[in-house]
Amino acid sequence: LSHGSGGKATHNLIEGIFAPAFANTVLDRMEDAASLTLGGLRLAFTTDSYVVNPLFFAGGDIGQLAVHGTINDLAMAGADPLYLSVSMILEEGFPIDVLRRIVDSMARAAREAGVLIVTGDTKVVQRGKADGIFINTAGVGTIRAVAELGQTQVRVGDRILLSGAIGDHGVAIMLAREELDIETDVQSDSAPLHTLVATLLDNVGNSIHCFRDPTRGGIATSLNEIALSSELSIALDEQAIPVHAGVRGACEILGLDPLTIANEGKLLAMVAPEAEQLALKVMRAHPLGKEAMVIGTVQADPPGMVFLRTDIGGTRVLDMLVGDPLPRIC
Amino acid sequence: MERERWCIHVQGIVQGVGFRPFVYALALRRRLSGFVLNNSQGVVIEVEGSTEVLQDFQHALQADLPPLAHIDTLQISHIANKQESSFVIVESERQAERNTLISPDSAICQDCLQELFDPQDRRFHYPFINCTNCGPRFTIIQDIPYDRANTTMAHFQMCPDCQQEYRDPLDRRFHAQPDACALCGPQIRFSTATAADSQDSIEQAAAQLARGAVLALKGLGGYHLACNALDERAVQRLRQRKRREAKPFALMVETLEVARQFCSISDDEAILLQSYRRPIVLLQQHSGLQVASDVAPGHNTLALMLPYTPLHYVLFEQCRRIFSTSQPVILVMTSGNLSDEPIAYRDEDARERLGPISDGILYHNREIFIRCDDSIVRHTTAGPQILRRARGYVPEPLTLPWPVPTPILACGAQLKNTFCMAKDQQAFVSHHIGDLENLETLRSFKEGIAHFQRLFDITPQVVVHDLHPDYLSTRYATELNLPAIGVQHHHAHIASVIIEHGLTEPVIGIAADGSGYGPDGAIWGGEILMADLCHFQRCFHLAYMPLPGGEQAIKQPWRMAAAYLCAAYGSDFEHIPLPFIQQLDHSTWKTLAQMIERKLHCPATSSLGRLCDAVAALIGLRSHVQYEGQAAIELEQLATTCPASSHPYAFDLLAQTGQIDVLPMIRTIVDDLLKHVPPAQIARRFHFTVAHLLTSTCVEVSKRSGVQKVALSGGIFQNRLILEELVQSLASQNFIVYLNHKVPTNDGGISLGQLAVAAAQLNEG
Ligand SMILES: [Fe+3]
Ligand SMILES: [Mg+2]
Ligand SMILES: [Zn+2]
Ligand SMILES: [Zn+2]
Repeated sequence: LSHGSGGKATHNLIEGIFAPAFANTVLDRMEDAASLTLGGLRLAFTTDSYVVNPLFFAGGDIGQLAVHGTINDLAMAGADPLYLSVSMILEEGFPIDVLRRIVDSMARAAREAGVLIVTGDTKVVQRGKADGIFINTAGVGTIRAVAELGQTQVRVGDRILLSGAIGDHGVAIMLAREELDIETDVQSDSAPLHTLVATLLDNVGNSIHCFRDPTRGGIATSLNEIALSSELSIALDEQAIPVHAGVRGACEILGLDPLTIANEGKLLAMVAPEAEQLALKVMRAHPLGKEAMVIGTVQADPPGMVFLRTDIGGTRVLDMLVGDPLPRIC
Repeated sequence: MERERWCIHVQGIVQGVGFRPFVYALALRRRLSGFVLNNSQGVVIEVEGSTEVLQDFQHALQADLPPLAHIDTLQISHIANKQESSFVIVESERQAERNTLISPDSAICQDCLQELFDPQDRRFHYPFINCTNCGPRFTIIQDIPYDRANTTMAHFQMCPDCQQEYRDPLDRRFHAQPDACALCGPQIRFSTATAADSQDSIEQAAAQLARGAVLALKGLGGYHLACNALDERAVQRLRQRKRREAKPFALMVETLEVARQFCSISDDEAILLQSYRRPIVLLQQHSGLQVASDVAPGHNTLALMLPYTPLHYVLFEQCRRIFSTSQPVILVMTSGNLSDEPIAYRDEDARERLGPISDGILYHNREIFIRCDDSIVRHTTAGPQILRRARGYVPEPLTLPWPVPTPILACGAQLKNTFCMAKDQQAFVSHHIGDLENLETLRSFKEGIAHFQRLFDITPQVVVHDLHPDYLSTRYATELNLPAIGVQHHHAHIASVIIEHGLTEPVIGIAADGSGYGPDGAIWGGEILMADLCHFQRCFHLAYMPLPGGEQAIKQPWRMAAAYLCAAYGSDFEHIPLPFIQQLDHSTWKTLAQMIERKLHCPATSSLGRLCDAVAALIGLRSHVQYEGQAAIELEQLATTCPASSHPYAFDLLAQTGQIDVLPMIRTIVDDLLKHVPPAQIARRFHFTVAHLLTSTCVEVSKRSGVQKVALSGGIFQNRLILEELVQSLASQNFIVYLNHKVPTNDGGISLGQLAVAAAQLNEG
């Protein structure tokens, strides 16, 4: 097994092992959260595990991330997140004061987002059997969206809206982890997206076909997944994609592509063309969508591919990321 | 006298090249009866007459072939006499299996050229004149058999005069599928932003060129962008608009005599230039006439070709008339695209993409069915090299030393991509496709594969790909649902030489290039292998160095120089008073050092291309490149300004680990720079060192294995200095050296190598 840095490696694992074994009509839709109907109530249900090194970084920490991440997965299903579970795996000897900081951060994040942590579990494993702390959170919420949302709802002509600049989270983590001397103000964008989703649904609900939060593997991976499962093509306008100068600079030095870098507080919305401007206005009016942009269009051909119109007028095929990219040029 | 009837099956390039009229004339002259016909297997001839005459007929058939024809196999069987009174040409028949070959596009022939400028001829100045001995083929054929209905000429209805020629077996235009005249055939148009299509198109285009305009010009396999190569401002304008900062432009001149006014041309080069294939030939510039400095900045070679379509010739005639100068007409003829995109070949696309960057478009209504770039060749003391194989060469197959066990498709590399398809004993290497990362190029890759499958009736049962997981050709191959075979990049390079020369025993392979994926996850590129087609073993390689930032380090040679310095001196190197080091941005360097130290996005590389980059940056030549290989190319150009060196820099061959340690050389180069040794001298000595080091390594490998044959392949061998010095020094050590002559030594040859390896492995079982 190669390290799961997101992108194609994980994608292959899911497609090859989990999906066939657990196959059912809900799972087969391969969304970030499952949409269920229970006693007439439409619910979204999801779970996610958090492994971050370092535990604290500019703009956030693992605890806050574990709350935001699961809230966002629910929000992407068009749901209002309500209840979370928290499950911790701790390595023997993990400092209590650090744990307390993490837990406090989780509590604050939950409180600010208006969700309740209602159940949990703790395991302590022997030294060396885990790396400090792993956190799993699961969540449920009620679905606000009236129309069906998801990758299969994406249509030719849809506009792709991005709620803000990309790459902040991944770069902040990397700089913290490697202790690089890059002078920068990059901070993680970790944030709960459910209120942004709610206002979009309330204003342009019927025109929204799909939400995604481009976490691991960045927007390159999220958009490739959408292109693959919808069997459509995604054309991006490179110049329209917002990237903060600090992220751009760090990526330039490190040789990374901001499009493949993780975000924790951004969303992609696939919107019917006639609602493009209204959706953009609504997004920009929300504090988390101030830098929103229309970054591309869904088209029919070539199916399953994402490509970029570059600023010199070329078209570059954008693939998913497999770990660190190895050079393909000569 | 004994009367016999022979049935002769001919395979090879025998359709669309005047083969049937040639047979017809042979039979007529000998008063033989029977018939000749085309089918999808090739040509079938039945002839009846006396034994001696038949034998003479067969001899002439093989000896006096039309210029574009080529016979691969000829089978004769004796059948019952039929006693007809005449010899006829029978209409084409279709058959299930398709085994006929298609001729490459050919430059206008002498006969047509004469008619083109004969005021009495009915095709005087008609820019689409052609005959069975010349004209478009591969680029207009949609399907086989090669009949007009299966070409983009289908919708032109022939006039009575053309029809008569077309039907007359003794005419040069008998069954010339693209035959046409001004009355019935394609028409030329010239459009500018201000004026719509005009009548005297070519004259107007020439007038525009005279005024310094940049024109888009429709050729055989795509559009060119053209301008006056003696007009500095026109060339600058073209550079700006095409967004091509530095990469050299190709030139076209009307005759060899004009070419000689500014290039040195050997006999071999003259033959290449004038051949019906009309490739671009790389030539040495001399001190005579100087073209605009922006044509090939920093280069002492020029890329030059002669006209190949009648349109080119008419345009040159007009230019000669209109350009009010005593100097000859020299036109820039660069591919019609923006920067790294594929060339435009469809009219609508050309209008859209080239319209905004040109002052006018000279085009016509004969459609190009498949895009095909100009081929590029050159002569070295080690023989001819084809650097880009496309127009004039494709789709000619390479004959394999043995049949492939099953139809195979090899998908090639990522850059300079070609694919290769094989059936029986023939391997069809595709035309240059380009860089697959570009969506348009990826599309032509897929369309090209479908087209070759149809044209040559090949249904691949096995697919072959590079080991690099992210090459789009690899992704394509693994999504085909066919049994797939992965072939290591440098093994494929060496295999392309082995198969070209039909070598059977293992050879020492020197595979040197910019980058290729190694099975250990590192980026290889300076490899000495022991290889046959099935297997390879890595004997030596350049010692691994970090490639800080991956692709970024390829675009920014300063990173490799810093990586080498860091390896040679530790981070202390910052205090060495070298201009290169002092110019480093301190904070950026700091981060780079941390990346190297923490192995953060620093894949290991043994690339020789990167070593060239490092030296180029170190001596202050270039720290960022604008096109692939620029630093190495400029390093070579600089080296050629200096007399040959015979003192190699020091290096270590570590037999235990198979590593070649060049840090001693890096240290000496630094010392040399501190002593103010001229950079050109260092560059020259570096080239000699590379040749010497590779030779020493071969000697070492040969000592152990006894192998005396060495195959060279990889993009590095586009470096003439390294190539020629290496071949010479290997020869002096009694090695027998083999190079690529039929496919590119760069990644354009990878597909053939992949195919050869897979076929050999399948044969071995
Ligand atoms: Fe290569
Ligand atoms: Mg998730
Ligand atoms: Zn001709
Ligand atoms: Zn006619």
